[in-house]
Amino acid sequence: MIDGFLALYIFMLAAFTGYEIIARVPVILHTPLMSGSNFVHGIVVVGAMVALGHAQTPLEQAIGFVGVLLGAGNAAGGYVVTERMLDMFKASRKKEGG
Amino acid sequence: METLLPGLIKASYFLAALLFIIGLKRMSSPRTARTGILWAGVGMLVAVAATFALPGLHNRELMLTAVVLGTAAAWWSGRRVAMTAIPQMVALYNGMGGGAAAAIGLAELIAAAAWINVHPGQCAFAAAPSAACLAPSATVLAYVGLFIGAVSFAGSLIAFAKLQGWMDKRFVFSGQRALNGVILLAALVLGAWTLTADFGVGLQVSLLAIVVFAALALALGLLMTLPIGGADMPVVISLYNALTGLAVAFEGYVLQNEAMIIAGMVVGAAGTLLTQLMARAMNRSLGNVLFGSFGAAGGAAQTIAGAQKPIEAADAAVMMAYAERVAIVPGYGMAVAQAQHKVWEFAQALIARGVKVRFAIHPVAGRMPGHMNVLLAEAGVPYDLIADMDDINPEFPTTDVVLVIGANDVVNPVAKTDPSSPIYGMPILDVASAKNVIVVKRGKGTGFAGIENALFYADNARMLYGDGQAAAASLIAELKAVDG
Repeated sequence: MIDGFLALYIFMLAAFTGYEIIARVPVILHTPLMSGSNFVHGIVVVGAMVALGHAQTPLEQAIGFVGVLLGAGNAAGGYVVTERMLDMFKASRKKEGG
Repeated sequence: METLLPGLIKASYFLAALLFIIGLKRMSSPRTARTGILWAGVGMLVAVAATFALPGLHNRELMLTAVVLGTAAAWWSGRRVAMTAIPQMVALYNGMGGGAAAAIGLAELIAAAAWINVHPGQCAFAAAPSAACLAPSATVLAYVGLFIGAVSFAGSLIAFAKLQGWMDKRFVFSGQRALNGVILLAALVLGAWTLTADFGVGLQVSLLAIVVFAALALALGLLMTLPIGGADMPVVISLYNALTGLAVAFEGYVLQNEAMIIAGMVVGAAGTLLTQLMARAMNRSLGNVLFGSFGAAGGAAQTIAGAQKPIEAADAAVMMAYAERVAIVPGYGMAVAQAQHKVWEFAQALIARGVKVRFAIHPVAGRMPGHMNVLLAEAGVPYDLIADMDDINPEFPTTDVVLVIGANDVVNPVAKTDPSSPIYGMPILDVASAKNVIVVKRGKGTGFAGIENALFYADNARMLYGDGQAAAASLIAELKAVDG
C-alpha cells in the first residue's frame, strides 16, 4: 500500500529523476525526447486495463474500454513515432562515419 | 503459483519503471538515443503483460480487444504519417494518454460513488474495507487527475487540429480569460462539494456532479488552447505532455500502481523542464504563452519602408557557386514543401565546388524544437554541418550568402529593433548581418506569427519566390549550368 508520505517521497524522487534526465540535453534531442516521454506516459494503458477490470456496470465498462483504447494508442503511437525519429539519427551518423 | 503471482506482478512493474528511466536517460544523448526507446518499449511490454495476469480482473475480452484495436490504429497511423507531420502526431497521441487518464479517474469515481450508495457507511474514513472504496487522498487525486487529463485531452486535440491545418484561425473573444477563470472556479467548487459530501448525496446527483466536473475540464482545455497561435504550439504541446504525465501519476496513486506513479511523475517533471527550455528559447514566459494573446499588440507595430527585391534562381545559384561561405537557414516552409532532400542535394553540390556550407538552426525553428534537426537528419545531413544559433550568430558577418528557406519569424530583425512587436526580445538568427541574404518564400505573406519581416526589405536581401522544393530543384539545375 502506497499511502500518505510514502507516496509523497516517491512523487518527489521521481520528479527529481525526470528533471535530472532532461537537464543537460542538447536541443537536437528535444523533439525525440518529448516524443519519448510521450511514449512513457503511455503506461496509462495499464491503469485503464485495471479500471476496465474493475468495471461492473455497462457505463463503467464503456468508459474503461475507451480508456484502454486511448491508452494503447498513446503507447503504440508514441513508440512508432519516436522510433522513426531516432532511426534517422542513426542513418545520418552512418554517413558521417563513412 | 497463486501466492507467487502478486509478487511477480509487482516485480514486473518495478522492472518497467526501471526500464523507463534507463530508456529516457539513454534518449538524452545522441549516441545512445536509438536504444533508449527499445529499453522503454520492453518496459511497456512487461507492464502490459503483467497487467493481463493480474488476478481478480473482469472483462478480459474487452481489455484485449481495446488493446489490440488501439495499438493497431496508432501503429498504422504512426507508420504512414510523413515526418513533417510528427509534431501533430505527438500532440494526438499525447491527447489520447490524457483521455485515458481522465477515463480512469471517471471510472474509479463512478465506481466509488456507486459502492458508497449501495453500501452506506462501509467506506468510513481511512480503513477502506473494499477495493471499491477510495481513501480520501485517493479521491482527491482521482479528481485532480481526471481534471488535468481532460484538459490535456481537449487541449491536445485542438493543438492537433491546428497543426494539421484543420483550424487556421485563432478564436479570440472578449472576456475569454474571465470565462476560463469562471470554469476553473466552478470545477474547484464542484469538486470540493462532492468531496465533502463524500458521494452521500445519492447516486444520481453524485454521477451528475462527476460528469459535469469532467465536462468543465474538457471545456477549459478547449477554451485555453483555441486562442493560442501556431507559433506557440511547440510550447503548448510540451506543456500538455507534462500535464498528461502528472495525470497518469495521480491516477496511478488511485490505482496503487507503482509503474504509473513513477513513469507519470518522471514525465511530468521532465516535460515541465522541457516546456521551460522551449519557452526560454522564444524569450517568453509560460504565462505569456497561455494567457497573453500573441499578436494582440500587432496593430501598433512599425510599418516597414521599401520593397521586396526579387531574384532569379540562376542569379542566386551563381552567387552561391562563387561564395566562400554559405549558411542555410531552414524553417517550417522547408518541412511543408518536403524540401529537405533537395536542399541537402544542393548543399552537397556547393560543397563539391569547395564552398563551406553550414546549416543554421534556430532553437524553435519549425513546429517543435529540434524539428529541423530531425528533418535534416532524415535527408542525411551530417551532424557537424549543423550549427546552433549561439555557434553561428558570430559567423554571419563573414558569411557571403545566407539561404533562408521557409524560415520567417526566427530571422526577423524586428525582434531586436521594434519594442512594440509581439516577437520583440526573442533571440533570432542574425542573418541580416551577412553579406547577402536569399530568401526562398512562396509569396509575400507574413510568417506564422503574422508579423511583417523587416529582413525581406533589407538592402542585402533578395527574394526567390517559389515552393521550397521547386526552388531547391531549380537552384540545383542552375548550379549545374554554371559549370556548363
